[in-house]
Amino acid sequence: MSASLNQAFAAAREKNRAAFIPFVSGGFPDPAACADLIRGLDDLGAEVIEVGVPFSDPMADGPVIQASSQRALDQGMTPGRVLEMVAEVAPRLRAALVLMTYYNPVLQTGLAGFARLAASAGVAGVIVPDLPPEEAGPWRRAASDGGLDTIMMAAPTTPASRLPVILDSCRGFLYYVSLTGVTGAGLTIAPQSLERLAGIRAAAGGLPVAVGFGVARPEQAAALASAADGVIVGSALMRPLLEASSTARGLEASLSLAGAINASLERDARPAVHDMGGMA
Amino acid sequence: MSLSSVSSPLPGNWAEQPDAAGRFGDFGGRFVPETLMPALYELTEAYERVRQDPTFAAELNDLLRHYVGRPTPLYEAKRLTAHLGGARIFLKREDLAHTGAHKINNALGQGLLAKRMGKTRIIAETGAGQHGVATATAAALLGLECSVFMGSLDIERQALNVIRMKMLGATVEPVESGGRALKDAVNQAIREWVARVADSHYIIGSVIGPHPYPRMVRDFQAVIGREARQQIIEREGRLPEALMACVGAGSNAMGLFHPFLADPVRMVGVEAAGKGAHTDKHALSLGQGRPGVLHGANLYLLQDPDGQVIEAHSIAAGLDYPGVGPEHGFLKDLGRVEYTSATDDEAVAALMLLSRLEGIIPALESAHAIAQATRLAPSLPPDAILLICLSGRGDKDVTQLAGLLED
Ligand SMILES: Cc1ncc(COP(=O)(O)O)c(C=O)c1O
Repeated sequence: MSASLNQAFAAAREKNRAAFIPFVSGGFPDPAACADLIRGLDDLGAEVIEVGVPFSDPMADGPVIQASSQRALDQGMTPGRVLEMVAEVAPRLRAALVLMTYYNPVLQTGLAGFARLAASAGVAGVIVPDLPPEEAGPWRRAASDGGLDTIMMAAPTTPASRLPVILDSCRGFLYYVSLTGVTGAGLTIAPQSLERLAGIRAAAGGLPVAVGFGVARPEQAAALASAADGVIVGSALMRPLLEASSTARGLEASLSLAGAINASLERDARPAVHDMGGMA
Repeated sequence: MSLSSVSSPLPGNWAEQPDAAGRFGDFGGRFVPETLMPALYELTEAYERVRQDPTFAAELNDLLRHYVGRPTPLYEAKRLTAHLGGARIFLKREDLAHTGAHKINNALGQGLLAKRMGKTRIIAETGAGQHGVATATAAALLGLECSVFMGSLDIERQALNVIRMKMLGATVEPVESGGRALKDAVNQAIREWVARVADSHYIIGSVIGPHPYPRMVRDFQAVIGREARQQIIEREGRLPEALMACVGAGSNAMGLFHPFLADPVRMVGVEAAGKGAHTDKHALSLGQGRPGVLHGANLYLLQDPDGQVIEAHSIAAGLDYPGVGPEHGFLKDLGRVEYTSATDDEAVAALMLLSRLEGIIPALESAHAIAQATRLAPSLPPDAILLICLSGRGDKDVTQLAGLLED
């Protein structure tokens, strides 16, 4: 049975590592292969798995996730079918499941209905990238009634004065966006980014902070693992599936990268924080 | 649609819409990634400051007068009136504004604001290319760098405007995603803004997007309605019976309507019915859509039952958008404004009619309003005044229309 977010982050802490949080586009490259990918990531030891609900207008996403979610849509994926696929795999997973969805599909399904469907599919939390705390009230009530955590985002552009507003409405973990841009963009981890992350983690109190956007290589993940409770990897895992000559090869390449990133999150294995000349 | 009832004005101070959260009733709001929220607060504050700053108003008004050529004329189209038989038709000639459409009013206002905010770079989306040209123009005038995102389908059908933007020094970025039209250009412009929010201001071209855009764009376009109101009162000593404007995402209509909202004046917005309201190729966001969230606001939207946005269709690239600004949704639900539509074919016929009767070639977008006027005017008494926003000129459409002439 898939875990709660509390359990997931506690498990990572116990192993002295940052939680591995891979993202998959729901139903991509096809529903069966997507389910295989989720099971494969769970076997690797991912603590949390983020499943994207494909949307026609993903304005926070770069080209890779745009393409993967468009491919899922072209194959007739709907929020309901993503949740069916999730419900099928969830019972045998150790990882916690999180949905990433733009707001309109939630709104059109109905807030309470969506929360109920997600919770009964085994989902622990929901990320809505176009729903800032100012607009999140109605959804948060529906989510918490359904027993779901709502994960909020903070960004490099977020002033310190705004953090409390975000943290106030955030449950499960805080998603810190590692770059000023869309998913899959080129990431440079500067010492200031890690300092900012440390500041955010301090402000978050006990709430875990996971960091993502643009994380593509084990060295980057290792550097972030030193400063965060979890590391999120999306585009880099979807890219092999878009580029591979067959689904089987794509899955293999994606899981092989996931394995390397997963292994880099053990804190003992991390490179020293200030020894990152090659990261840029 | 009933054309017989004249809506009564509503109480309240219309200029105070939206509220501080950017809400027009349930419509509007700020549904954007966190990365942009601080920029939206900064923009809201900066806009509030310039709104109350007489030096900003003076600077903008000076440009509107000497650079744009405002006030634009209010022209009585007597031959069209005689041809249709019925209400006297007046055209608010936004086609005569510099760059050929109303879009320049907003582009200059936001360009000046961006400059005051210390931004060095402008991002814009464009459909017909009119907003892109207006923004490229403002950027050239103000010494700002400019990137315009445009769907590759629109690049094909509005080739002339692409050349104009390049001549003005802007970079035109083709967008290949989705239907390769206006909606997709907005997506890409937002993504670019997310990445370059520190040095760039995004000039949205219509009354859409997150707060404060719908309000700010409306305010910059309201010069259309303020002038028209004063001009008709000076000329005829009274208000018109009805106003009419085409509705893409809604800025020329909002700009014309807003200063009249408290008056006993009937208002009609004309959406693009594309190949027909009964087909799946139209842009009837108000006519057939339902509220949903796209590009940062809750608004009337063409969407499937799961909330996936459906691509719009119109022969007029500038009307090819699956949503309509939040204030229009609010006014529709209140019953203050009527919304109707004209098809591709009707718009083309109206374009030809106005060209031949009045020697004015309207933009295909504006021709939708003319098409609706050919239905409404004959049903009104001859002493009634129908005031139409002629939002732009048709030069940009000649290549697209050339094929039709040969048939
Ligand atoms: C001449 C003209 N009229 C109307 C429109 C539609 O936009 P809106 O509804 O914002 O006025 C456009 C958009 O490109 C246009 O170029």
